[in-house]
Amino acid sequence: MQHAMNPPGHAPASRLKDGPGPGSPEAAALDATWSDPPGLLGWLAAVNHKTIARRFVITTFCFFVAGGALALLMRLQLARPGSKLVGPDLYNQLFTMHGSTMMFLFAVPVMQAVAVYLLPLMLGTRSIAFPRLNAFAYWIFLFGGVMLYVVFALDAGPDVGWFSYVPLAGPDYSPGKRADFWAQMITFTELSAMLEAIVVITTVFKLRAPGMTLNRIPLFVWAMLVTAFMVLFAMPSVMLASTTLIMDRLVGTHFYNPAEGGDVVLWQHLFWFFGHPEVYLIFLPGLGFLSAIIPTFARRPIYGYTAMVLSLIATAFLAFGLWVHHMFAVNLPELGKSFFTAASMLIAIPSAVQIFCWLATLWSGKLDFKTPLLFVLGFFFILVLGGMTGIMLASVPLDLQVHDSYFVVAHLHYVLIGGAVFPLFGAFYYWYPKVTGRLMSERLGRWNFWLFFIGFNVAFFPMHLLGLKGMPRRVYTYQAGLGWDTLNLVSTIGSLIIAVSALLFVVNAVRSLRRGAPAGADPWGAGTLEWATESPPPPCNFHAIPVVHGRDPLWEAPRARAEDEQPAFTHVSGLAADTRELLATTVLDARPDLRVNFPDPTIWPLVSALAVTVLFIGSIFTPWAVVWGSIPIAIALTAWFWPDRAETSVHLSLERKP
Amino acid sequence: MTRRALDVSGLPSYAFSHRSLMWWGTFGLIAIEGTLFALAIGTYLYLRSQSDAWPIGAPPPDLLWGTANTLVLLLSIWPNQKAKWAAEACDLVRTRRWLLVGLAFALIFLVLRCFEFASLHTRWDSNAYGSIVWTLLGLHTVHLLTDTYDTAVLGVLLFTGPMEGQRFVDVSENALYWYFVVFSWLPIYAVIYGVPRLQ
Ligand code: HEM
Ligand SMILES: [Cu+2]
Repeated sequence: MQHAMNPPGHAPASRLKDGPGPGSPEAAALDATWSDPPGLLGWLAAVNHKTIARRFVITTFCFFVAGGALALLMRLQLARPGSKLVGPDLYNQLFTMHGSTMMFLFAVPVMQAVAVYLLPLMLGTRSIAFPRLNAFAYWIFLFGGVMLYVVFALDAGPDVGWFSYVPLAGPDYSPGKRADFWAQMITFTELSAMLEAIVVITTVFKLRAPGMTLNRIPLFVWAMLVTAFMVLFAMPSVMLASTTLIMDRLVGTHFYNPAEGGDVVLWQHLFWFFGHPEVYLIFLPGLGFLSAIIPTFARRPIYGYTAMVLSLIATAFLAFGLWVHHMFAVNLPELGKSFFTAASMLIAIPSAVQIFCWLATLWSGKLDFKTPLLFVLGFFFILVLGGMTGIMLASVPLDLQVHDSYFVVAHLHYVLIGGAVFPLFGAFYYWYPKVTGRLMSERLGRWNFWLFFIGFNVAFFPMHLLGLKGMPRRVYTYQAGLGWDTLNLVSTIGSLIIAVSALLFVVNAVRSLRRGAPAGADPWGAGTLEWATESPPPPCNFHAIPVVHGRDPLWEAPRARAEDEQPAFTHVSGLAADTRELLATTVLDARPDLRVNFPDPTIWPLVSALAVTVLFIGSIFTPWAVVWGSIPIAIALTAWFWPDRAETSVHLSLERKP
Repeated sequence: MTRRALDVSGLPSYAFSHRSLMWWGTFGLIAIEGTLFALAIGTYLYLRSQSDAWPIGAPPPDLLWGTANTLVLLLSIWPNQKAKWAAEACDLVRTRRWLLVGLAFALIFLVLRCFEFASLHTRWDSNAYGSIVWTLLGLHTVHLLTDTYDTAVLGVLLFTGPMEGQRFVDVSENALYWYFVVFSWLPIYAVIYGVPRLQ
């Protein structure tokens, strides 16, 4: 892109180098280098992590709104007994689409999307690792999600629940293509999640600013790192499950067909081996948000950093041991069940450690009750309730009692919304000024919070009671006079309040884009690196890469300089300004290690994602799509990796052997 | 304010093993695929535990082609290691040569693989046994196909240029991934050919 100024063959020393701060010619060159190319084609070819992340966050939020609209429809149907608003067929699609949207198209990807934006800023680097792969993962996700909604609009939406149990989802009980579209959507989104996990792990291990040793990285980054590792080991399970399901349906394999030696419980094992960790894939980033927000608004470093990191890791390990607690109603050996009950209760310990550390931080801090902190406090309240019902469900006898009742629906929303959506909204308010350069309105923010908090409890608390009174989940209507009428009406009113609150958020976000107060680099007085650069950050994130001396660089920089005999380095210099060059550091102690060249933007990730989409959708109808569809994929991927001569000559001019 | 800069312009522009980003990317891929293989093997054993007779309605697969293939795979470690060493010494001529030899091994393997499918004595749609055996073998074959294609593209790049140091890193990581394909085959081989012969 910007090679014109340096003919190939120039000695490295003569190239334009970074180092000087904003306003310098070097800074201008950096901005030009790291910008996305202009025009429509440039828009499609963009690979800057902030561009991709903005799209990714907006896309996942749209899915959240869509999933919420479906939920509202369900609640309106259930508001009174014998309602005729939607029939059983549509209702089945509604809860399946709602659950699948929230779990696969919103909760996990939104966390990864936020991470794609923040990680390089928090770590002090100019890009996420593998920027093209990152763009590819986004496109795949988009196409998979859109496909699901297109078929839903065509009345071919899946209708077998978000966990698609066989044999219900198998060829005999679910003819047609509904379940196939569900299974393929899983493959799309999991593919995207796994690629993002690789991107996150590589970024965290190799691209940290000098001095940011492993025990100095922000806790949100730790949370995303642990989450990424969980993705690597959890997602293959659901991929295997959905692929074998579609094979059973399309080419006549017999994995889930008991008549030919298959087994339906196999599905449950494969699904929940993923599905339980999935809850923690949503929960751990939420914890990371809290650990970012709390110290800032308590105005002190987090209490018990090491304990926090260890309990994140412990939670991840335990999460894998728990899947069977979703299957207590299945005929399994009793001893096994006791083991899983114990494990389910054990996982409360690391969570308790985290909660203790946050409370200690809050306790000893000077609290500043801004909107992000309100959402954090809402989290505490809701999670305590959700955790309690969780411990109740982890005991086998009680689980059998309330199995498949609204008690479970209540519990899962307390955990998911309390554990993930509240922190996420806090995070939106917290980082909005960084992304847009303007603050959101505090007044609207408070309304947003209180309506959400009240609406949430009004909507979901009655569901506990409904469950205990025997109302089963996944029913499209019920008879009057069972004692369920009032509670259902109350719950629906609560959902409407939530909808108003979500609307207020959108209004606030859109309005503040223009009218919000200018934020400046560090509006909250926070300590982590993303606040060290302008808001919104320049295309290259940092004109001069910072050198880190502590856990909260913005709070500790002066002290570090006073302690050292020699004034410490404050920033890095010597990276090329006119081509995408990055500093890689060593894994443990973040010593400068390499200069790496990143590729320029290109259209090929998009084309590759389109080719993959053709294959996946085609293979719903014929297995030959897998054969013929792989040819365009191979071509697109080859074009993607094919070196550009101009680009290579620039790289060669900077090359230095190890 | 005094600003002291840490000058990094003298650092190398590529490196091997875990110092390179590619290594971490490959590592992630291996973790994912390894988990997938482990789960597929788990599925095989699970289905076996739920069934009275195993293999279902078929004799165990013939040993000949599978074993021949295992030998080819194990032998292919040799050209791959040579290619890896040559790449890490940045020796273009030898890297090219050994990459091609490795590619030849992969192609021989893929041809033998066709015979292997034919000697399973069961089809994917015969019963659950057939389904999982075909899936295991199929999964491994897909990895071979993609890695073979990958190696071929890399080979073309080594001959057509432009040649930069990063290419050597790619060759080194390609060899690492090949080892994964080789070593993941051993448990799959043991399961497909060994388990049906257990009493
Ligand atoms: C925002 C307001 C929300 C409302 C009003 C709502 C409402 C509901 C209702 C009424 C059901 C039960 C359907 C039935 O069993 O008949 C349900 C199921 C479910 N919800 Fe939500 N929900 C909301 C948000 C969320 C969020 C944020 C998530 C996940 C992050 C989520 C995940 C699920 C799941 C997984 C199910 C189970 C679906 C199934 O049984 O297949 N929900 N929701
Ligand atoms: Cu669980």
